Amino acid sequence: MKARRKQEGRWAWRLTGFVTLCVYIFMFAPIVATVILSFNASMFGGFPMTGFSLQWYGKLMANEQVLTAFRTSLWIAVVTAAVTTAIGVVTAFALVRFEFPGKQALSTLVILPALVPETILGVGLLVLIKAIDQPRTMLLLVLGHILLAVPYVVLITQARMVGIRRVYEEAALSLGASRFSSFREITLPLLIPAVVGGALLAFTISFDNTSASLFWRPAGVETMPTQILSMLKISISPEINALGTVMILVTVGIPLLGGLVLQSLTRLKRRGEPKEEAR
Amino acid sequence: MRRRWTLYDPRLAWLLVAPVLLLLIFFLVLPIAVMAAYTFFTFVTAGVETSALTTANWHEFLTDSYYSGFLLKTLRVGAITAVLCGVLGYFPAYFIWATTFKHKWLLLLLLIVPFWISFTIRTFSWINILGEQGVINVSLMKLGIISEPLPMLYNEGAVILGMLHFLLPYMILNVYVSLESIDRTLIAAARSMGCTSAQAFREVTLPLSLPGLAAGLLLCFVLAAGSYVTPQLLGSGRDALFGNLIYDTIMGELNWPMGATLSIVLFIVLGFFAAAYTRYMGMSQIVKGLGG
Repeated sequence: MKARRKQEGRWAWRLTGFVTLCVYIFMFAPIVATVILSFNASMFGGFPMTGFSLQWYGKLMANEQVLTAFRTSLWIAVVTAAVTTAIGVVTAFALVRFEFPGKQALSTLVILPALVPETILGVGLLVLIKAIDQPRTMLLLVLGHILLAVPYVVLITQARMVGIRRVYEEAALSLGASRFSSFREITLPLLIPAVVGGALLAFTISFDNTSASLFWRPAGVETMPTQILSMLKISISPEINALGTVMILVTVGIPLLGGLVLQSLTRLKRRGEPKEEAR
Repeated sequence: MRRRWTLYDPRLAWLLVAPVLLLLIFFLVLPIAVMAAYTFFTFVTAGVETSALTTANWHEFLTDSYYSGFLLKTLRVGAITAVLCGVLGYFPAYFIWATTFKHKWLLLLLLIVPFWISFTIRTFSWINILGEQGVINVSLMKLGIISEPLPMLYNEGAVILGMLHFLLPYMILNVYVSLESIDRTLIAAARSMGCTSAQAFREVTLPLSLPGLAAGLLLCFVLAAGSYVTPQLLGSGRDALFGNLIYDTIMGELNWPMGATLSIVLFIVLGFFAAAYTRYMGMSQIVKGLGG
């Protein structure tokens, strides 16, 4: 009897493992197919493979529209990441350290942009600027992206902030440091992982944003995702697969690289410091 | 007479949160408020409306079954997607939590990687799998199982599949976070009292992981019901969801009052589900699930 039960447990576990494997395959198969197809020599964006070729990457590099959209998206994402990180980190600092009226309401309000569908946010902002008779500008688009990224930066920083004991800052203050320098010298360095993580996430959220950008972009401006969308309306050419592969390299490569740099930095620092007590 | 600034002064807090607060007011609260007012404006012709107040938009929405049909379809597709996500997402979450595999971090990293890959790219990449020249059709034809490519794209199934693809990581992470917070000694205790592993799962692990599952279901439902890109890329015209309807009403027909009305409807309906959820579960689980 007991043996049979054990047997059942093992089968349940195997089933779990099997479904897990299937889910991972499900998540990555299309991406892998896209990357493989980008090297296809065939004229059509599909299987079978007819040979290895880099011609679609060459075509891509010569496509002025794509390059412009790429540059536009890149600088919007960089500005979004920088500004969102700055204002998000101080907000998280205030939300964790301070007690003030309306704090609870603000912490709820701040995660709303992540929960409200982008279509609604998109229409809302458009209706507002139509009501006050303003044109759609790049500034509007960037500020919109910042709004979409703020919840994530605040949440990541908050989670890290909770783990930093306030006695460190208070010690610095009691030793005569100013508010600002105690934040800069004590709190900020301890927050670095959250700051880097938040900035990277803000970058990808902006670089990736499609639905809201469709509403907010000024006339004639294409960001990378909207450019892809308009290319897809025409046909699925191998060029799009190449473009997808480049985008994957950028958006996956940057965070991975950032993570590696961060890790080696902390390791280097550790080496310089006196040994921590053995765990 | 000015009060001296104290440590953790509320005034300093307001100063620190001011930029984010202003952004939220001008780009989130105010737009939704103005949009709500716009629902009562009069539509004249494409791109033109007057501020003469009318309930015509609401009347049209409430009486024309075209709109309610769209809404019901959107809610149905959102619900199906969320439930499928819950069923398929629980297994990996449980596996990652329970496995003794040394490189667990890799499994978790692989869940986060999709968040970095452009959503548009992840969606259109399904065309390479399901399309006429996609992996499945080409393989089946090579094997001689079918002679004509199967029409797998541009239908509701493809839309749900695409949404499943982008929502699964949210679900898995949500469930994983709540599994991770379970005190493992509880399960050991249940086992030592004579529970089989299946009983221990049913009586201890599953109930304790329900908050994460519920948060994941809500998140997937809201995101699926509000989606625009997936139906656009993987569905045919008939598979358009409410988000597409809003986009077409505003960008295509330039009927701003009606577009505003539809947006407010979606906002209220999804807000109702979110409110019902927070009423029973609280906000904290969603915060955790979003990366907090």
